[in-house]
Amino acid sequence: MSVKLNTRQVGDVTVIDVAGRITLGEGSSALRDALRDLVTRGHKKILLNLGEVSYIDSSGIGELVSGFTTVTNSGGQLKLLNLTKRVKDLLQITKLYTVFDVHEDEAAAIRSFE
Amino acid sequence: MRDKQRHVPEAVERLLDSTLESVDSAEELAVRMAQRAGFGEDDLIKIGMAVRESMVNAVVHGNRYSANRKVRFSVSNGADRFTIRIADQGEGFDLENLPDPLAPENLLRTSGRGIFLIRSFMDECEIRRLESGGTEVTLVKYAVSK
Repeated sequence: MSVKLNTRQVGDVTVIDVAGRITLGEGSSALRDALRDLVTRGHKKILLNLGEVSYIDSSGIGELVSGFTTVTNSGGQLKLLNLTKRVKDLLQITKLYTVFDVHEDEAAAIRSFE
Repeated sequence: MRDKQRHVPEAVERLLDSTLESVDSAEELAVRMAQRAGFGEDDLIKIGMAVRESMVNAVVHGNRYSANRKVRFSVSNGADRFTIRIADQGEGFDLENLPDPLAPENLLRTSGRGIFLIRSFMDECEIRRLESGGTEVTLVKYAVSK
């Protein structure tokens, strides 16, 4: 299974539920396209729910960073929700865990957007 | 770490096309063999990711998806070590000048973490330029932790 993305709106926060593998090719490009599309359409508060992400490689990590930069540069905020242990470990060893605002509870994550 | 008592020697070698499908098949093959060799879930994930990152380097950065260039992929399950070799036919790269992905100024780079992850996940990682051209990566996971 590659990646599946489902976008939903909770108040003024756009939540993207991501499931599957974020790897070089279809997985990482789908995420990149989705984030760029949201930014282009003026969405400023984006929450990436990675709870169902089974696998992410260095290309996928690069897409998370790219998305973070794209959203931030447009004046928005990109936050992460429900990291699996595997994704959390990867973000920790690459020292990116502290770069992202990471949440474990969706309601709290939604409230954290200013 | 795996249980050495269960060791059954096994070795395979494949000549793969420079495609993303080859990346997937190499990862699957290495993980299946590592599973048969008795490695646990954590090690299987690390071995799979190290193979994936190495294959991506070979296919994308080494051979540049060329239909004329192949990737030589081999896995051997020895008594004390599980060894994977991945060799491309590309132009090679300067290992000395790879940016440190953990340096503060590089944290927000969108690439450059592959070799760092490979080294983090495996017990040994040797990268060398082949005399015939291309780059060979040798990845090793110990059967018993040192």
